[in-house]
Amino acid sequence: MPILDVQDLACRRGGRILFAGLDFSLSEGDAALALGRNGAGKSSLLRVLAGLIPPFTGSIRWNGEDVRREPYEFRSAMRYVGHADGLQTNLTVIQNLHYWAALYRASTSRDALEQALAAVGLDELADLPARMLSAGQRRRLALARPIATQPGGLWLLDEPTVALDRPSIVKIEAAITAFRAGGGIVIASTNAPLTLPNAQEIDVAAAIPSPEDAFGDAFEDALL
Amino acid sequence: MNAFMATLSRDLLIARREGGESLLAVIFFVLGAMLFPLGVGPEGKLLALMAAGVIWVMALLATLLALDRLFQADWRDGTLELMALAPDSLTLVVAAKCLAHWLVTGLPMVIAAPVMALLLNLPPEGWPPLLAALLIGSPALSFIGAICAALIVGARRGGVLMTLLALPLYIPTLIFGAGAVQAAIGGFDPSAHLAALGAITLAAIALCPWAAAAALRQAME
Repeated sequence: MPILDVQDLACRRGGRILFAGLDFSLSEGDAALALGRNGAGKSSLLRVLAGLIPPFTGSIRWNGEDVRREPYEFRSAMRYVGHADGLQTNLTVIQNLHYWAALYRASTSRDALEQALAAVGLDELADLPARMLSAGQRRRLALARPIATQPGGLWLLDEPTVALDRPSIVKIEAAITAFRAGGGIVIASTNAPLTLPNAQEIDVAAAIPSPEDAFGDAFEDALL
Repeated sequence: MNAFMATLSRDLLIARREGGESLLAVIFFVLGAMLFPLGVGPEGKLLALMAAGVIWVMALLATLLALDRLFQADWRDGTLELMALAPDSLTLVVAAKCLAHWLVTGLPMVIAAPVMALLLNLPPEGWPPLLAALLIGSPALSFIGAICAALIVGARRGGVLMTLLALPLYIPTLIFGAGAVQAAIGGFDPSAHLAALGAITLAAIALCPWAAAAALRQAME
């Protein structure tokens, strides 16, 4: 019984179909890598899955329930790390994390937050304002968010390893492995090196729409 | 801690970190009103007639000053997406942001109002209704303004557009707010005006967070 079940998913952005007919399903502990060249729609796939963009067609089911009809359970389980790191630069590292933990109803104790920071190697910078962080450190703080707001059931990670050095990538991979061992599902989009053992591959670029789909109304308009 | 309290304490913490930046609106409120005696001349009677209207107009403008940043910064750095994806409704988050905006800009204006009443020679019987009207009416300015701030998220030169959107929506608050003071000065009971102001504020608190949250979801698509 798959936990996440995606059927015939299509995404339309700016009047153009990015991908269509995407099917996959993931069970506890599974991982998937969204692959495809730049602009193929990897980020859009994750945004559709997260619920930021409504799907053009198709359905996304979580535990058998349509996520658009029953959003609460899905949102409680889902953690999204997008392109933007989502950091308020005037707050300190730990204050940023504290807010997310509170918003996602996770433990806000200093110990729990410091543990999450340690998992991404930021524990020594806990009281530094976030504006002092480098690009890679900001990325790591963004990735500390799903770790700090466990238990989740699904992580959607958009290019998680951008700007990260090798030791940090190893730390992130370890966190993902631990999360999967606890039954979590991970979907990541990446062009950078990221090793997810036994990951299913979702080739977004291969889900090529037919010309009518790709051009939609514009195609019909041109014919008429 | 739920989404409302978490967001409220976060926004207040940010305001404290930014320090002077959040006080700019109040300083603008006081300085703007100080220009009127200089421009109109120190004619006591004339100033007394204008005082209520000037104070209220300055309150509207000062509220707008900080309003375009209500969602803009969170939208730009990606925070807004994460707020929208949290288990609790985005409406709660928006309501908390509006309340934080009022606590940082609206409430200090109420506190600064007596200074301006003094500068503008407002008759003593106008003081209690002025403070009551500002206290009751100014939350509506933050909540109504949030819809406009949400609509301009992502737009270039949004600040000007937001001002044009918000000012017409502020007219009822302005009429009843200034009306309460004028009524008291004229020897009438200002409670009808205050009740109308209260109704506007309650309606704004109930409805505006929904509308603003819907506009924000649209902006994020």
